[in-house]
Amino acid sequence: MDITRRDMFQIGGKLLVLASVGATLEQITGAAPPSEAYRMADHWWGMIIDIDKCIGCGNCVRACSKENNVPEGYFRTWVERYEIEAEDQQPHVESPGGAIDGFPPSTHTKLKSFYVPKLCNHCADSPCVQVCPVGATFVSPDGVVLVDQTYCLGCRYCVQACPYGCRYLHPETNTVDKCTLCYHRITQGLTTACCENCPTGARQLVDFKNPKDPVHEILRTHKVEVLKPYMATRAKVYYENLDGAVR
Amino acid sequence: MIPGVDGFMYPNEVELQWSVLIVLYPYITGLVAGAFILASLERVFKVEAVRPTYRLALLTALAFLLVAPLPLQLHLGHPERSFEMYLTPHTSSAMAMFGFVYLWYLTVVLLLEIWLEYRAEIVQLAQSSRGPKRWIYRALTLGSYNISPEALRVDDKVGYAVTVIGIPSAFLLHGYVGFIFGSVKANPWWSTPLMPIVFLFSAMVSGIAAVMVLYTVSSKLRRTPIDMRCLDTIARYLFYTFVIDFTLEMLDLIHRTYESDESFRSLDFMVHTRLWGSQVILQIVLGTLVPLVLLAANQLFRIPEGRRKAMYMTAGGLILVGIFAMRWNVVIGGQLFSKSFLGYTTYKMELVTREGLLPAILLLLLPFAIFLVLVKLLPPWREGKAHEA
Repeated sequence: MDITRRDMFQIGGKLLVLASVGATLEQITGAAPPSEAYRMADHWWGMIIDIDKCIGCGNCVRACSKENNVPEGYFRTWVERYEIEAEDQQPHVESPGGAIDGFPPSTHTKLKSFYVPKLCNHCADSPCVQVCPVGATFVSPDGVVLVDQTYCLGCRYCVQACPYGCRYLHPETNTVDKCTLCYHRITQGLTTACCENCPTGARQLVDFKNPKDPVHEILRTHKVEVLKPYMATRAKVYYENLDGAVR
Repeated sequence: MIPGVDGFMYPNEVELQWSVLIVLYPYITGLVAGAFILASLERVFKVEAVRPTYRLALLTALAFLLVAPLPLQLHLGHPERSFEMYLTPHTSSAMAMFGFVYLWYLTVVLLLEIWLEYRAEIVQLAQSSRGPKRWIYRALTLGSYNISPEALRVDDKVGYAVTVIGIPSAFLLHGYVGFIFGSVKANPWWSTPLMPIVFLFSAMVSGIAAVMVLYTVSSKLRRTPIDMRCLDTIARYLFYTFVIDFTLEMLDLIHRTYESDESFRSLDFMVHTRLWGSQVILQIVLGTLVPLVLLAANQLFRIPEGRRKAMYMTAGGLILVGIFAMRWNVVIGGQLFSKSFLGYTTYKMELVTREGLLPAILLLLLPFAIFLVLVKLLPPWREGKAHEA
């Protein structure tokens, strides 16, 4: 996950644009400035989710909603319940209220059932970043896809371009909003609200640039997959034990 | 269960992000591009028969072009920031180029061509008019009062060059609008390399139909005889263009059906349910097959003049509705199914809100109001002058 010289130029250009409109990272993310010890270039953030560990409790959705003041009816993260009754049938999928209150007992006689937490995949080749007409959405040097709320036009081209349904128009700011990977927390040395509140450790924030991060061992020894790999977005949210039915 | 949702949608997908205003955007730019292409038939390709509609087509294109950015402005969450697209365009974004394509087309092509076409008359009117009108025409001369035969010859030459540049520009304008949709890989309903070319030909069809209808209606209102040679020629070109357009759309349909990729079941179900009325009935049957039959009949049989006019008008009207339905099916249809291919949502059109039905209707009527002002200011009628050139 090295940043090439070309990447650095692109990132530099984007930061220059942001600087030129007088926006600071704090304004963009609504966060306190990163701690002094934090160097963007030293990190490349992502997440690993173990499907087999998720119990569908919805703690992550509630924590995210509270931490980030997510407007009601919109979701920076949500959990889906897949129930597959027979191999040749469409899976039955639901996510009532994004699973903010967990799930009701199932009424299906199923073959298999599992929960899939979803969030922005913080793609390295992000279609949302590509289509933004003013560069208001961008990949930060530490690999987080962010939206500059002071610059977003609210055209919602990025919402259309996201293959995973992770973006929405914030009803109060009229700008596009999405998961920031709790940028205000991770730059302070904390983990994300969703990871912190996951009772089973199904979600783990990972730093691909940290050689001591367990992610390297997991990637080496486990079978992992990203969502919709054919979209070639270089998603950085990896799933362990992901079923082929998941979309 | 969420009202209006069948099956599973990702939670953020339930609400449609692009409304009826975004349906208007390709519809209006399409009319612009099509009307201009018709005008260029006379100017560049020397199709003399359509000369009576040359100026009408240019003014139609201008009236619609002036309105084209308004639905986008109304749609934006922050319209006051739209100027940033000019100041800091994001070069990888298909949408970022719209402002430049639009400005190029408006100023370099359309305004310049209209000004050169009307310059001699503007100068004469600046000298003969009285009151505020005089000032308007004086402003329109841009200080150039030289209408000597030599100057007019230069005007004509430059006008010709502008039209030649204008043809690829018109193609660019609407092909580009198609690319905005066709390049969204996340959406299989949109993502096809055929999209720009389908948009382009449907634009030509709608623009030619619009000018044909406007020409007939304005002749009726002014109680002037309709030049049937002109009308027949327009109808013939309309038919040819429509055949190509229909072929391309059918190619897209056959290709999707034959390939049957993972999205097919979901999209096919959508066409048979939520889009049945607007796609199958309105776009394909009433908006395409019926007008194609009406236009084809006139190519094959000798039909009396009165009935011919009625057939052309019916075909033109149906085409305008059908192409609107096509834009609707692309824009709205592309958001009705989940990108998980497991469910469908419903578009709930509001009425008097910023992105509701009322502003959409007003925006669709506005070009006609502008057209009336333009026609008053720059009369396109050439009776008595029709064959001076």
